[in-house]
Amino acid sequence: MKAGIWMRLRGLIRKESLQILRDPSSIAIAFLLPAMLLLLFGYGVSLDAKHVALGIVVEQPSAAAASFTAQFSNSPYFAPQSFPNAAAAQTALSHETIDGFVWLRSDFARRVAAGQDPDIGVYVDGINANNARLIENYVQQSWADWITSQADLAGASNPVPINVEPRIWFNPAVSSRDYLVPGLIAVIMTLTGALLTALVIAREWERGTMEALMVTRVSMHEILISKVVPYFLLGMGGMAVSVTIAVFLFGVPLLGSLLVLTLAASLFMLASLGMGLLISTIAKNQFVAGQIAIITTFLPAFILSGFIFDIGSMPAPIQVITHIVAARYFVSILQSLFLAGTVWPVILPNLLALLLMAVFFLGAARLAARKRLD
Amino acid sequence: MRRAARLCVAAMPPETDAAPLVLEQLTRRFKIGKRVVVALDAVSATTAPGLVIGLIGPDGAGKTTLMRLIAGLLRADSGNIRVFGTDVAADPLKVQGMIAYMPQRFGLYEDLSVQENLDLYADLQGVAPEARAARYAELLHMTGLAAFTTRLAGKLSGGMKQKLGLACTLIQPPRLLLLDEPTVGVDPVSRRELWAIVDHLVRGQGMSVLLSTAYLDEAERCDEVLLLHEGKLIGAGKPSQFTQAMAGRSFQVRAANISKRALQGALSRLPGVTDAIIQGEAVRMVLDAGINPGIVGESGQADAVITPVPPRFEDRFIDLLKAKAAAMAIEPAPSAKPPAAARAPAAQPGTEIEVSHLLKRFGDFCAVDDISFTVARGEIFGLLGANGAGKSTTFRMLCGLLPATSGSLQVGSFNLRTAAATARGRLGYMAQKFSLYGDLSVLQNLRFFSAAYGLTGAKRNARIDWALREFELAPMRDATSRDLPLGFKQRMALACALMHEPDVLFLDEPTSGVDPLARREFWQRINALADSGVTVLVTTHFMDEAEYCDRLVIMGQGKVLAEGTSESLKSACRDATHPDPSMEDAFVALIEADSARSAAQVRAA
Repeated sequence: MKAGIWMRLRGLIRKESLQILRDPSSIAIAFLLPAMLLLLFGYGVSLDAKHVALGIVVEQPSAAAASFTAQFSNSPYFAPQSFPNAAAAQTALSHETIDGFVWLRSDFARRVAAGQDPDIGVYVDGINANNARLIENYVQQSWADWITSQADLAGASNPVPINVEPRIWFNPAVSSRDYLVPGLIAVIMTLTGALLTALVIAREWERGTMEALMVTRVSMHEILISKVVPYFLLGMGGMAVSVTIAVFLFGVPLLGSLLVLTLAASLFMLASLGMGLLISTIAKNQFVAGQIAIITTFLPAFILSGFIFDIGSMPAPIQVITHIVAARYFVSILQSLFLAGTVWPVILPNLLALLLMAVFFLGAARLAARKRLD
Repeated sequence: MRRAARLCVAAMPPETDAAPLVLEQLTRRFKIGKRVVVALDAVSATTAPGLVIGLIGPDGAGKTTLMRLIAGLLRADSGNIRVFGTDVAADPLKVQGMIAYMPQRFGLYEDLSVQENLDLYADLQGVAPEARAARYAELLHMTGLAAFTTRLAGKLSGGMKQKLGLACTLIQPPRLLLLDEPTVGVDPVSRRELWAIVDHLVRGQGMSVLLSTAYLDEAERCDEVLLLHEGKLIGAGKPSQFTQAMAGRSFQVRAANISKRALQGALSRLPGVTDAIIQGEAVRMVLDAGINPGIVGESGQADAVITPVPPRFEDRFIDLLKAKAAAMAIEPAPSAKPPAAARAPAAQPGTEIEVSHLLKRFGDFCAVDDISFTVARGEIFGLLGANGAGKSTTFRMLCGLLPATSGSLQVGSFNLRTAAATARGRLGYMAQKFSLYGDLSVLQNLRFFSAAYGLTGAKRNARIDWALREFELAPMRDATSRDLPLGFKQRMALACALMHEPDVLFLDEPTSGVDPLARREFWQRINALADSGVTVLVTTHFMDEAEYCDRLVIMGQGKVLAEGTSESLKSACRDATHPDPSMEDAFVALIEADSARSAAQVRAA
């Protein structure tokens, strides 16, 4: 009897593996799509502002104005252009050829010399909120820096009482790629775990193979295990590929323990597989299964996991909802492991949450799966 | 010694001797939309071991539901099932250990090879590794798949897939084998091979088999038959019992001075006639019990030649259905009024369709290889062939949906190669699966199809009224098409195809799986259409449908193998082994001769 179980499991797992190897769509979802997403997010999408088109309007050229505006031309974040007057810059702004402009009035040099605060006009295109905030902050920062350096040059005492020196921890380069790419691994694993699994089981229903399987001596446990094992390996393979690309192609640091990463990924993969299996018990055709998997697993992993959008700045009800998104816990672990190292106070609660979710979804899938058609 | 024997008997569980299958008052309902369909209605039966039991009935009779209930895949609403004494609902796993089940679309993994599929099912059925080689060899030899073990299952022909499916279910011989419509959509040659496997493997090993089919002619190959109709068991017993009940009631009628369709119409209207259908050039008539064949004279055909013929299983089915209808006091025979009466009287004779040297290549594969035939106006013309014989490709070219590689195609006065769109306006097409919009109501479908054919205003309304009236669709005009019974859907599909009063009607396997009464009604309409001058082209691999055609061609490997009336085709293959060949005999003989010829050519080359 025992031997029978092993024989059946071996047969089913071998069948599943052969199907994965021969089916171009599973290879595409497991390896091609992750590579595409990684390249897209690694190279294409960047939340950093660089070479922002910034207009500079200096009404009355002076040494002080030139010295102040030089800060913009020397910055990697800006590509400054000069405009003769504010009206011309405004036109350029409304044509979206620049993202904003800095306006130094004719009394700039005089007021600086007199030790007064000159009025500096900062106009930004609010549509690109990210760039707008950058310009605003940078101008303020530049002004503070510049006025300090001017005072130093003059040998006078520091007119700015507090010197703000921001320090950014855990991502010193403030590169969005470094925190997007680790988070993306969670999204990619959702694809193989939930989407691919739900699709392949729905396909078995569509082709009538599930009906044939169910009438054999196979138990529901065996069918579920035979799905979990190969797709678990496939998902972990996808994870390994993603981590390799992240570290070696994009140069994202991996400060934490690889072992903890593997453990967290395994738990997350099991939770994802559980969701995929659960979906497949409800959706018996590939179209519906795909839709449900994308809406309930892929999109939340994208939007609600803190991978792009910071959970802390979400409205309170949405923050509550994020707690049922498995990807949220995995993204926290990933970002911590990649950028900060193995910080147990962060990792441990998240690992526990993942463990609970894996147990919950696999258990629910087992309870929902029946060896019957009704 | 005696004591030991007694102990042995006592130790034997009582169910060992039990019947393979006991059904008790089995009822199962489904909710489809707002309608509750009773798929099985208090079905009771007991089968004897070691027999091939035919579960026979048209589509929607409840065959698949019964199979799934037995296999433990569905639960009954009431009643119970015992397989060798074990209650299915109580211990499905134990039952699943005793049975093998081949669902309608058998679960072959198309991306696995023949051998890998066999290995998988051997693992699932727990066949010991050392026992496999011999079993595989036997099954592969039996199914003729030995040469294809490395081929992917998805690349096999329909018949080969079905045989592989059967082989997979039989690796570990079960005590009860359930086959759900194994022969549906399979050409006659493969059908015979499947039956040969069932006969050899199953009967030879004393296995019990429950085999469902919509083909009534397969009933006679079974040891016993359960006849299902609309969820009710309307007959059970040996097939010979069914036919014996009809002894002396079946006749062939020929009349020289009247067309076969007129004769069939006249006979079917006579009181005391159970059934009258066209068979070749004659009419096959079944009389009510105790009626003298002399009543044919009452139809005005005193000089008709009446020959007694042996009864068929289908005769009894019709008889039972009519008795049931009479008992329920619903309208008895659907005496279809000629629907095309509104049409102009029969058009003048002439050629409607002319196909010459038609050729279609896909890459280096020649799907249609230099075929020629003509169809006269008002003729019912059949295109018969196995899967892959090229009939669908020919059909698509005739409908102007697929350009021909070379050759000419003429419909009426239009050349399909240069004026496909104009010619298409004169064609009506009814697809195999009745391509209707399931979410739309009957009326909405009619509106849509009439608009699609370019009908507008008063003309369109007039045609919709005509369709609702002639096809008796009015009572269901607001019902969602998906929920309609199959026969009703078929009527509606025909109405949709006729909205623009086409001169040529294409029917793709129009009545396979439809119950025999609905099929008769359908053909009466088609006959009336043909009489009014509509040319009808039918593709089918359903042999009964071939009999209704005036003339037909049999296709094989893209070529026309034979052309003529069904009688001339049948008599061409008459020999000592087949003194009275059926259409299927003629078909199989032609296909086998063709395969032998091409095999000889391969050897010569």
